[in-house]
Amino acid sequence: MKRLHIAPLSRIEGHAALTIYLDDQGNVADTHLSVMSLRGFERFVQGRPAEELPRIVTRICGICPWQHHLASVKAVEAAMGVTVPPTAVKLRELCQMLATIPDKILHFYFLAAPDFLLGPDADPAGRNIFGLIKAAPDLVRQAVRARMRVSELLEMFTGKIIHPVAATVGGFTKPLSEDERAAMLAGLSEVTAFCLHSMRLAREKLLPPYIEMFREIGDYATAYLGTVRPQDGSLDLFDGDLRVLHPDGAMENFPASRYMDYISEDSREWSWLKFPYLKKAGGLELDYRNPLGVYRVNTLARLNVADCISTPQAQRELEFFRREFGRPAHVVGLYHWARLVELVYCCERAEELLRDPEITGTQVHAGAVEPRAGEGVGHLEAPRGTLLYHVRTNDEGLLDMVNIIAGTTHNNAGMHISMKLAAQRLIDDRGGKPLDQGLFNRVEMCLRAYDP
Amino acid sequence: MATTVIWKSLSSCAGCEISLLNLGESVLDVLAKLDILHCPLLVDNKYSEPLDTSRRIDLPRARIGIVSGGVRSQRNLEVLLEVRSKVEVLISLGTCAATGGLPGLSNLCGARALTDFSFEQSPTARCTQKPNPAVGGIPAMLPEFTPLTRHVAVDVVVPGCPPHPDWIEEAIAAVLEGRSPVLPDRSVCSVCPAVSAVSGGVSKAPLRSLRAPLGDPTAPLSAMPCFLAQGYVCLGPVTRAGCGGREGAPQCIAGRAPCRGCYGPVRADSVASLDFLEALAVAGHDPAAMPDKPGYLSRFTGAPKPPSGEKPS
Repeated sequence: MKRLHIAPLSRIEGHAALTIYLDDQGNVADTHLSVMSLRGFERFVQGRPAEELPRIVTRICGICPWQHHLASVKAVEAAMGVTVPPTAVKLRELCQMLATIPDKILHFYFLAAPDFLLGPDADPAGRNIFGLIKAAPDLVRQAVRARMRVSELLEMFTGKIIHPVAATVGGFTKPLSEDERAAMLAGLSEVTAFCLHSMRLAREKLLPPYIEMFREIGDYATAYLGTVRPQDGSLDLFDGDLRVLHPDGAMENFPASRYMDYISEDSREWSWLKFPYLKKAGGLELDYRNPLGVYRVNTLARLNVADCISTPQAQRELEFFRREFGRPAHVVGLYHWARLVELVYCCERAEELLRDPEITGTQVHAGAVEPRAGEGVGHLEAPRGTLLYHVRTNDEGLLDMVNIIAGTTHNNAGMHISMKLAAQRLIDDRGGKPLDQGLFNRVEMCLRAYDP
Repeated sequence: MATTVIWKSLSSCAGCEISLLNLGESVLDVLAKLDILHCPLLVDNKYSEPLDTSRRIDLPRARIGIVSGGVRSQRNLEVLLEVRSKVEVLISLGTCAATGGLPGLSNLCGARALTDFSFEQSPTARCTQKPNPAVGGIPAMLPEFTPLTRHVAVDVVVPGCPPHPDWIEEAIAAVLEGRSPVLPDRSVCSVCPAVSAVSGGVSKAPLRSLRAPLGDPTAPLSAMPCFLAQGYVCLGPVTRAGCGGREGAPQCIAGRAPCRGCYGPVRADSVASLDFLEALAVAGHDPAAMPDKPGYLSRFTGAPKPPSGEKPS
């Protein structure tokens, strides 16, 4: 069987390769999306003191270290029965919002936008951020500045932002002063203006010309997983219930502590990354015509599962999105659109938290925490999807067992199917056109949408 | 003319690359001096044409190679050797590349234990197949997680987890100007603003970070009592300075948390673990009562070799 090999897949954060197998007619028989290594944090944290977990797992992802930091601290606290003061909870969510804003700006402008602004067929040597600097220097400069502005605010308050340290078992290392609050509000308003501009730019200009292409090569139905507030089903990135939305519209809500009733993981010979699936389906089938057990996470999934968004401008964007694309929306390119809606939410939610009188409270730590045996789950919505930590401690408060399911892992089956679907549509139906780099780049665009 | 660069991350978290972006707008000036030929995070250059089925790695020739991350897999090793063979100057970026860094903790249990947990022992694992490098098109994992210097000659080592953008900028500027980079060479304590009153005398077990440390967290850093003097495990005495950049205070200290050693040992030839136990004793604490010594003392120094006899899996 003939084989095409795209390695490394580029303008993504992880390390992956795609193999496309062709049959005798030159049609796509199968594809394998191979994630190239296992990092193994779950195992080598065993035996470490539980309070060290949030200081170790940050190194799983240098792009979303805050999310690993915060989800793991929540899990350890659940295991050891610690209740955190309300101000510390709000400071953590504030940090998550401020850390998510630069992440989304980075993905959209540095990784994704070259395809939309320069075009999928542009010369690969210049189809990147450097090409974008030449084509749209002011826009790139604004994106760099906005990213930097938020990062500086977060660093001013928490000391270290890549591999943070400020959330500790029991709370937070320091309160937010009135001066810091004022500085954050001022900085955030500039950044919010840029983020709203980015949303408009994407909605009106950058994404619409490509929706039809994504409909042709990246539209298939699966279930979705995300987090919602229990009281009204609204989007929440920091806490709440997990919700599965099935393709037929049926929904199941459950607390993260029951994740094992809903999620199991399989694996394949050709990838180091496991494939989580919906346990009640009884197994996993990676077939886009009839996927079994497949669900997806990340931005599009979260907008699909949420009934509404609690902040006004993001809610207006969600309403527009629903009118255009329905619920659930399945077209893969819409992950980008949904990413920008969430960017607007993060700006608004950060401001809401900063205006909360409790945010400058001085009680930020629960007091002395006694190490003890226990088991608990902590979760939140990371940029790349639901991030679950399951922790078991022993009597001395050392880690006995840690199970982690990260965003991109949940999406493994969905990404794999997207690769096969895109490769089949583009290669089988190409009508004599050559197998050129623009074609392969369109396959990769379907992966980039997931921001893996 | 811009200087050509290959920028590769091996087994890593991409934090080193994000750190460079945190230079802010001046990152655009740094990047303008470089012609980045290969960098999968940002640029679409591939190892070979899709129709080439040899799975070979063919990188362009370049003046500078920048490599972050450590060597976890056979593929990481092949890529590293290819980069070395194609560049004139190799910059090792970050602590993973320098010492094995935090993922080097995996050497305490070995690679086989990592895969056993993930695909067998994990409470959610129901694996009908297992990843199989022999047939699956994925690389074998090597038994040990290793730094670059174990395999190739490195010209410039920039430590840090992540390296502060000041030092990334300095390393690149130095290579462009044909001089040696000026990088930090003292300990975190030497640049730490905390008050280092040593308690001394009473021998007691080091404290775990399970309570708020002494002192008012809203007071200036210069009024904060030293973590080590309070009895917390703080690896400042044996850790290379630089995390705050040229001007700033050590970052974890600024975040009101003790140092965990992320810049690696002060000198490449120092034995940080022994030096630290001595510092702990000097501060009046009983080193023997310290929990999980390897988990702290090897946190960023590249843990010892894994259980013997393990083969690539």
